[in-house]
Amino acid sequence: MTRFITSGFSHFILFIGILIMIVPVWMIFASSTHTGLTINTQGLQMFLGDSFYENYLRVLLYKGGFFKEITALKMFLNSFIMATGVAILSVITSLMAAYALVYYRTKYATLLFWIIFVTILVPLELRIFPTYSVMAELNLVNSYFGLIVPISASAIATLFFRQFYKTVPDELLESAKLDGANTWRFFVDFLVPLSKTMIVAMLIFMFVFGYNQYLWPLLVTSSEQYWTVVMGLKMMSGSIVHRFAFVMMSMVPPILIIIVLQKHFIKGVFQDK
Amino acid sequence: MSFLDLKNVTKIYPNGTKAVHETSLSVDEGEFMVFVGPSGCGKSTLLRMVAGLEDITEGDINLDGKLINEVDPSERDVAMVFQNYALYPHMNVYNNLAYGLKNRGIDKETIEQKVNDAAKLLQISDFLQRKPSMLSGGQRQRVAMGRAIVRNPKIFLFDEPLSNLDAKLRIQMRLEIKKLQQKVGVTSIFVTHDQVEAMTLADRLAVINDGIIEQLGTPIEIYNNPKSLFVAGFIGSPQMNFLDANLNNKTLSAENFEIKNIDSDYNGEVTLGIRPEHLIETENGLINLKVELVEQLGSDNLVYGQIKNIKDFCYRSPGNQTIKKGDTLSLNIEENKYFIFDKSTGKRVN
Ligand SMILES: Nc1ncnc2c1ncn2[C@@H]1O[C@H](COP(=O)(O)OP(=O)(O)OP(=O)(O)O)[C@@H](O)[C@H]1O
Ligand SMILES: [Mg+2]
Repeated sequence: MTRFITSGFSHFILFIGILIMIVPVWMIFASSTHTGLTINTQGLQMFLGDSFYENYLRVLLYKGGFFKEITALKMFLNSFIMATGVAILSVITSLMAAYALVYYRTKYATLLFWIIFVTILVPLELRIFPTYSVMAELNLVNSYFGLIVPISASAIATLFFRQFYKTVPDELLESAKLDGANTWRFFVDFLVPLSKTMIVAMLIFMFVFGYNQYLWPLLVTSSEQYWTVVMGLKMMSGSIVHRFAFVMMSMVPPILIIIVLQKHFIKGVFQDK
Repeated sequence: MSFLDLKNVTKIYPNGTKAVHETSLSVDEGEFMVFVGPSGCGKSTLLRMVAGLEDITEGDINLDGKLINEVDPSERDVAMVFQNYALYPHMNVYNNLAYGLKNRGIDKETIEQKVNDAAKLLQISDFLQRKPSMLSGGQRQRVAMGRAIVRNPKIFLFDEPLSNLDAKLRIQMRLEIKKLQQKVGVTSIFVTHDQVEAMTLADRLAVINDGIIEQLGTPIEIYNNPKSLFVAGFIGSPQMNFLDANLNNKTLSAENFEIKNIDSDYNGEVTLGIRPEHLIETENGLINLKVELVEQLGSDNLVYGQIKNIKDFCYRSPGNQTIKKGDTLSLNIEENKYFIFDKSTGKRVN
């Protein structure tokens, strides 16, 4: 009985928590389906209106920006390219960096690791100008390459992979060696499949990280053609309902990625254990 | 030169631990060699140097007529079975066996053929599609063996592969390993600290102590003729009894008995060693044993007792005898079945 009460109570708390998180999002969504006039005269709406298609289509296809040459659709494409690029590149680089740190037993591996680790403490903003001038020097301003590469070395992901590799028993490496696996094969045939679950988790994490970038894309793109969604949130002008619609749509890609990859994530966890 | 040849091999770990001292050893083709010794004596280190998993500090290792000191483990064509099996957790049994073959660029049909043959030999055909985590300890053991066999390597190396199994399974697998090795005829080195395992498996046995091979020989040779106190104490179960004694003018005087006409010119303090199974009950024997404990094994009894001030002296009596606590037994040593060791150096002197 007490168990029933405590579990009922915790469910109640959870329910309140969910409400606090969901209601504002719902209100923005509901409001984004009304006309601007309704919002301006009657305030935020709790129920759906009938301007959904009209508002969302307009936002997607309307040419915005100062020079009127970027649509929201293009921004989504840009953000998607950037976030995917950052996710894939940073997972690859940290997988390999961690491999080198753990398996190439150089004297300096630990020192190197700590140097990499320290960069976690240095925010991106601190190195943003030197990074920018390098990109400018290389003529990579206003390119996807410039958007993606400078933020695609992740110390955190390296840290995670390193800690994981350290738990892989030495006998596995030795056994693989005796089975004729060279350094590269051990990486591809063993470490990568064994870290599958963690790779998926890191892909999600880094995708969201890339997607949420604001300052860096702002700096490294002067052409509106490379605007990203998060930049657009700030730059988009127009009626309040259009902004709401844009905000709603900007939430879709990260959620989608999590839903798509989560299946693999959970499958990985259950298969290995 | 024999098939595997170790010449003055020394291993010093980077932290300064000297694990193997100038060891020389030859293993013939098809021979089953066992390294036995207490924990930390350097057995694994020696084995791992043969595998190429540890660098050789000094000395040479030749395998099949080729110096392999600098050869990468992946090129040595040796197979190793680890204590914890080190199966590939993300591959099913089939791929565990096939992996080494794939790396050699062998074509698919041949691989399938070989894997299926090995699986049949080891009776794991039914589990080929399972992951190692879905196998019992004994089955994992077989898969580990299969992974070694399927490659048909120059030499099998076993590092205490049975120590994770329960007693019954261990005896069964021990038998199977021996049979299998005889069937495939591959040269093998087997590391264990279990002397029964060592005795039953070995064609020849290397008793290792503190990084040195104390004695090398067939199990029977070593049992019948231990060269040192250490070997005598290590080989044989239950352990040999040791008594302090004095040797003077070919006469050995122990606590309360004497043995005359000993075949040794050594004079001084010695340790007398007598195996529990080399004692016989007679009237007016040399030794009077006051029984304190009897372990009945069915086939025979292990009788533990006291001779004057010496405790835990063991005598193995035939199983049909009834001996009780508190009895006093009169025992003789079988003709010439005793060993005398220099007390300070542990070297055999008779
Ligand atoms: N990587 C290492 N670095 C330093 N010393 C080591 C290392 N590996 C082993 N040793 C030392 O070398 C000696 C021999 O070790 P080894 O593992 O060969 O013993 P072993 O006979 O296999 O023992 P066990 O029966 O317990 O497995 C030990 O004293 C051990 O502490
Ligand atoms: Mg060992």
